[in-house]
Amino acid sequence: MINWRGMNKLFVKEVLRFLKVTVQTIITPVVTVLLYLLVFSSVLSDHVEIYKGIGYTAFLVPGLIMMSVIQNAFANNSSSLFQSKLNGNILFMLLAPLSDLEIYIAYTGAGIVRGFLVGIGAWIVSCWFVILPVHNPWILVCFTLIGGGILGSLGMISAICSDKWDHIAAFQHFVIIPLSFLSGAFYSIKILPDFWQKVSLLNPFFYLIDGFRYGFLGRSDISVVTSFAIVLGCFILVSFLCLLILHRGYKLRS
Amino acid sequence: MIPAVSVSNIHKKFGDFQALCSIDFNIEDGLFFGLLGPNGAGKSTLINIMAGLARADMGTIHVMGNDVRADWRKTRRTLGIVPQELAYDPFFTAREMLRLQSGYFGKGKENHAWIDELLDRLGLTDKADENMLQLSGGMKKRVLIAQALVHKPRVLVLDEPTAGVDVELRKTLWKFIRQLHGKGHTILLTTHYLEEAEALCDRIAILDHGKLIANDTTEALLELCPYRFLNLSLSSPLANIPELIQKKVVSFDNSEIVLRLHRTKDSIGSVLDALNSADISFHDLHINEPGLEQVFLSLTGAKDD
Repeated sequence: MINWRGMNKLFVKEVLRFLKVTVQTIITPVVTVLLYLLVFSSVLSDHVEIYKGIGYTAFLVPGLIMMSVIQNAFANNSSSLFQSKLNGNILFMLLAPLSDLEIYIAYTGAGIVRGFLVGIGAWIVSCWFVILPVHNPWILVCFTLIGGGILGSLGMISAICSDKWDHIAAFQHFVIIPLSFLSGAFYSIKILPDFWQKVSLLNPFFYLIDGFRYGFLGRSDISVVTSFAIVLGCFILVSFLCLLILHRGYKLRS
Repeated sequence: MIPAVSVSNIHKKFGDFQALCSIDFNIEDGLFFGLLGPNGAGKSTLINIMAGLARADMGTIHVMGNDVRADWRKTRRTLGIVPQELAYDPFFTAREMLRLQSGYFGKGKENHAWIDELLDRLGLTDKADENMLQLSGGMKKRVLIAQALVHKPRVLVLDEPTAGVDVELRKTLWKFIRQLHGKGHTILLTTHYLEEAEALCDRIAILDHGKLIANDTTEALLELCPYRFLNLSLSSPLANIPELIQKKVVSFDNSEIVLRLHRTKDSIGSVLDALNSADISFHDLHINEPGLEQVFLSLTGAKDD
């Protein structure tokens, strides 16, 4: 029988944790998006047109929003869980009658909420530059949930596997950030040489951003159904991996 | 009656290191049980297996009749653990920590009164709404104890609860733990302070190098060292030793004589009478009562510094 109250309390605790440091967890990433927009929008908006009839800023904003969502979902879970491991207060969760699945859902849910809030903030500041049409809100919600879910799970995995902050930083700066920057957030992969187009198709973040962009603009580099199927597959895969690590107690239970 | 804790044939290895080897014992419900042993003896490993933080290679542990692995949810609801290390979440206040912990156990607002009572009984009411970072080490220790009790567990495990705390707090904790025991909680205590175990525990088990080397009542263990020592500071050099006490002399010189007396068979009064009859006068006396420490040292083979 599921410990609903326990799972909910862990989720609430994780949300409260990042809300207690809102400047660091919400406002700073939103300001980063604002800076990207200031630079890229003012420099490139009159020179680049990726989809006919759609300005560069309108093309850029969905990519930036999704980048913020996924990077913050990852940062939330990796830092929170790893800090708990270092402080030893992870013990309180491990001693409680919470199953691996309940722990997973609570943490991933909190990561999604932080990603969602940062995404909303990024969208609000982007309105200063461009008012985006919303082609299909359900697609936006689906891709936000799945994107936050994938990266929230990866954040948990990296926190569990890491022994020091260096390991978390390495995962973030050598895996998450490069994959999100090379995911077509700033460009369409159609303008890339053939080889790099094929390489881009191996990057799961590309499908998150391309599908999310479709939700706003109704245009994408590849079919939104394909993107949805691939990101859903990735979500199931990383969730399974995370649950397996939790179940085995790797670096949590000796 | 089902024992509160039943440990059966527990084995645990870390690589080549045998942390626990064939550990078997029961803790009866309502008992104040001490688990002693030198550093690295396996006490914390055993507690971790009980708490689900470690997995035994072989054997089982039952808490209130529930297997810690098969019935882990039930076990965790009946078990409260006070960890050795000062762990806390720096984002929250003491009250928030307790309410969150209570929530993990499926308890809601109906448990807030109990949380307030715990804060009060542990002297934390004034500090309840301060961030954990601002609390002293002793206060953090009290919060840890409150956290372990927040779900009203039947069995409370205290892993070195008084290590590194000042004398006043130690007395407060002793009093509180005694009250809990009086209310029917089963207490499992590990401690390095042997006088603490001697004063509090009904029964004591001693682990050494991962093996259980003793498990008996505190009185029975103390009986393993049945002698006490009487030191007399003499007023004048000794001329002769009365026959009655000759066999009891451990050492003597012109200023002092040390006698070894059986706790129950030798009466200090008759020894003093014999000395008086022999005109041996002294100006001071000191009785050295061997305690659990001597039993512990003799069983574990440790050298007394």
